[in-house]
Amino acid sequence: MRPLAAVLCGVMRTLVGAHARWQEPPSSAPSIYFANHTSHMDTLAIWAALGPRLRAHTRPVAARDYWDRGALRRHVARRVLNVVFVERHREGHEGDPLAPLAAALQEGSSLILFPEGTRGTGPLPGAFRSGLYNLAARFPQVRLVPVYLENMHRSMPKGTFVPIPVICTVRFGAPLARIAAETREAFLERARAAVVALA
Amino acid sequence: MSGQQKFYWLMGGVVTLLLVASLVGSLLAARAGSEAARAVIANLNSRIRAWWVMVAIFAVAFLAGPIATLALFGAMSFFALREFVTLTPTRRADHVPLFLSFFVLIPLQYALIGCGWYGLFAILIPVYAFLILPAVAALAGDPEGFLERSAKIQWAVMVTVYCVSYTPALLLLRIPGYEGQDALLVFFLLLVTQMSDVLQYVFGKLFGRTLLAPTVSPSKTVEGLIGGGLAATAVGGAMYWITPFSPLEALAMSFVIVVMGFLGGLSLSAVKRSLGVKDWGAMIEGHGGMLDRVDSLSFAAPIFFHLTRYFL
Repeated sequence: MRPLAAVLCGVMRTLVGAHARWQEPPSSAPSIYFANHTSHMDTLAIWAALGPRLRAHTRPVAARDYWDRGALRRHVARRVLNVVFVERHREGHEGDPLAPLAAALQEGSSLILFPEGTRGTGPLPGAFRSGLYNLAARFPQVRLVPVYLENMHRSMPKGTFVPIPVICTVRFGAPLARIAAETREAFLERARAAVVALA
Repeated sequence: MSGQQKFYWLMGGVVTLLLVASLVGSLLAARAGSEAARAVIANLNSRIRAWWVMVAIFAVAFLAGPIATLALFGAMSFFALREFVTLTPTRRADHVPLFLSFFVLIPLQYALIGCGWYGLFAILIPVYAFLILPAVAALAGDPEGFLERSAKIQWAVMVTVYCVSYTPALLLLRIPGYEGQDALLVFFLLLVTQMSDVLQYVFGKLFGRTLLAPTVSPSKTVEGLIGGGLAATAVGGAMYWITPFSPLEALAMSFVIVVMGFLGGLSLSAVKRSLGVKDWGAMIEGHGGMLDRVDSLSFAAPIFFHLTRYFL
């Protein structure tokens, strides 16, 4: 493991533990890990919890307006986490917003995705946006793994700039079953319920 | 015998004890019949394995000197406080007080021991922190459950930082005729508290019949407390040669440590039940969390420190 990656993992272990609980044995098959989102550390927490083997081919999906700013953050995003950038603000951007994510899945990577699109304030996630549905429809073989991040909203709530140490367990659930001809709304609600069920 | 030689004798004794424990543990594992017995023995053996690791960590810290010992106890306070905060409901307005507790109070408290400033060490948390932490929370402007929230943070910091820090604070004491051996006094305190916990567990498992306080701590028994407590007091008395005490004084001090350790375990069990959990965490295999291991120490250390300071 590269030094900076080791430091980041060590910081996450010390601050929040970020230990994984797997409901089903982890698999290195291409997966989308989708989780509730409450803090700036969420990406790192899941990344640390995955462990070195799964981490090697998992790429977090990161908002360019946050992660591509500042020398250190950009270095971590690009060189350590190997993120897939997405544009949250669509003005001035042409084309399919999901194209970089689809390309990453195409080449066999797994993704870490926060389907709410923004950070919430409470323990339970808000409504999911349609990105997860569109990706799932385009990649029927990819495993859709719900993830619940416990306590992260207490460690670094929205509006704070420093974390406090609180033990945050990362719970990985069983992959979502695929249901043929399911509507977008039904799928997104089922995906959200799968995350809530882990809470 | 010099302090160094005493230390090696002690380590030899502890390692022998652990070897015997590991041997007994593996014999019991081979003989365990029922499902319940196997579970108890498996837990016993993970406890013994964790003891090897804990003893190794402490031996390294002791040999590396006082700074390493302080850093080790600072880390223990950090992880114990992290467990306490995790299980205690807090609100957004507690963010700054909690941040200060972890990243200002813990380093400061141990730094004060390091630079030998006894006067501030003794009042930093019960005076300054107890007033400033609630004030900072009040500035955040959220009166919801304010008294309970303040009390919880104060109690958390008191037990996990202030009380635990009294163990390495023994290095501050300047006892005539005992120069350069203060680390052995830390060892003595740890030995008696931990032996008391272990022996109460062993006596409880072997002879335990009468539950002591079933609503607070379902595993503590009268037989375990009396048998284990007296045995640990005797062990402490027999260790008088590493302390500045006479045999009788060592026996009396050990008795106080055992009683306070028991009260610490019981009180923190009550806190656990009130928070609705069985263990503080899962950091130490078989034992639970960091706080499950230092609960007795946190009550015994300050009293032992002040009695020693008063009498010697």
